Amino acid sequence: MTNNILQTDIYALAPHHRFQWEEAQQNYVILFPEGMVKLHGGAGEVIKRLDGKVSVGDVVVNLKATFPDAANIEADIIGMFELAVSKGWLRKV
Amino acid sequence: MTQASLGESVVQKIVHVQQNNGVSASATHTQPLWLLAEVTYRCPLHCAFCYNPTDYDKHTQNELTTEQWIQALRDARKLGAIQLGISGGEPLLRDDIEDIVIEAKKLGYYSNLITSGVGLTEKRIQAFKEGGLDHIQLSMHDITEEINNFITNTKTFELKKKVAAMIKNHGYPMVLNVVIHRYNIGHMREILEMAEALGADYIELANTQYYGWSLVNRSQLMPTKEQVDEAEAITNEFRANPNNKMKIFFVVPDYFSDRPKKCMNGWGEVFMIVTANGDVLPCHSARSLPNMQFPNVRDSGLEYAWKESPAFNKYRGDSWMKEPCRSCSEKENDLGGCRCQAFLLSGDADVADPVCSKSPFRHLIDQAIEDSKNPVMVAKPIVFRNDKNSKKIIAGEFNDRVESFHSLP
Repeated sequence: MTNNILQTDIYALAPHHRFQWEEAQQNYVILFPEGMVKLHGGAGEVIKRLDGKVSVGDVVVNLKATFPDAANIEADIIGMFELAVSKGWLRKV
Repeated sequence: MTQASLGESVVQKIVHVQQNNGVSASATHTQPLWLLAEVTYRCPLHCAFCYNPTDYDKHTQNELTTEQWIQALRDARKLGAIQLGISGGEPLLRDDIEDIVIEAKKLGYYSNLITSGVGLTEKRIQAFKEGGLDHIQLSMHDITEEINNFITNTKTFELKKKVAAMIKNHGYPMVLNVVIHRYNIGHMREILEMAEALGADYIELANTQYYGWSLVNRSQLMPTKEQVDEAEAITNEFRANPNNKMKIFFVVPDYFSDRPKKCMNGWGEVFMIVTANGDVLPCHSARSLPNMQFPNVRDSGLEYAWKESPAFNKYRGDSWMKEPCRSCSEKENDLGGCRCQAFLLSGDADVADPVCSKSPFRHLIDQAIEDSKNPVMVAKPIVFRNDKNSKKIIAGEFNDRVESFHSLP
């Protein structure tokens, strides 16, 4: 996986993908044809913030402010973007 | 429809995100994430490989009502179901699919209509789109009119091409399912090219698994190991080409493997099926198992079915296992394989899936592979899935085709 996520990049959910909170499971999921992904903890927090307008940098700033005690959060967030892009859950706006 | 398209391959596609960013996967599933609504067993196609029960004719007169389906959708959603497959038979033979779609959307399901395309009109697809149906999985059979029409015992080739275009035009992702068998496995490259040309986003190449009608026609449908290997090689070559954006799922045929599939990702772990007549099943062919009483939505709710019914609990975990599964170091990988396959072939539902090379019944699989090369066996006519043949099977005709199985496939 190449590290090509830039702070200025803007991402949104890929077409035919849906992101929602699942009450019965107490976690976020991404749904798409023939499959689904359960997102736990931080991963859901990242996707939740994507509205097709905010940049990766905005998400990092926002999450750092929301979770001030989380160590090394930026690397985790970038890692989540890399994974989500490589899996085709996100598209670049 | 195929066992594979609705079953284990779907589970394979459930990815558990495991990362270091506070993300961890849950170890077990206790919720029916996937609800499959087999709304009817009626079907205009007569596919030789259909996984539906061969005695389906008994269940065509007692289908659940719209209200009963809507209640089932609500109850399953409460239990945690998210993915909804609307299947059959051919679901479009019911005129209330529009109502079911609207309710599914309201409840927050990601809904999928699994169809042959027969009966899909502009009017209906527009209603589905407006109602919130998320995607349509279309079955395709071959690139040639001849094989398509032969294997489905219909004249539907041109229609399928039209329907594919209709699905695309309405902004739906193009999800194709192609069941692979002896008659089309030689066309793998052309099938993939056809899918690309249709603009497919996903294609499932589902090697036939032998349940229902396909078990009756096993000797006639099974390709050779060499053909399967070649098909897989072509698939991998296609995947490796960066110009090909289409996602390909290749469902491996278990007979040519030496370990069984993790059937349904575990009995009563992820999947819940409600059949046309309201039976609640952990897998498509569970009714072929002996001494099992499956719950029915007319008598008890889905919560009881999933959590408490003896049938759903019967093969959860591994305490039911016999040797060689019980002490097998690989038992978590496949959970002993498929209970239905074990029973249908060996007569004991608790033994290892005969596909496993450690199974004392592996010779039954090897014999089936040999039979599929035996000109006498192969020369027997295909028993197409239709009402007449279903009635005949119920009446005990075709005994020579089912007598080696321990219950009616």
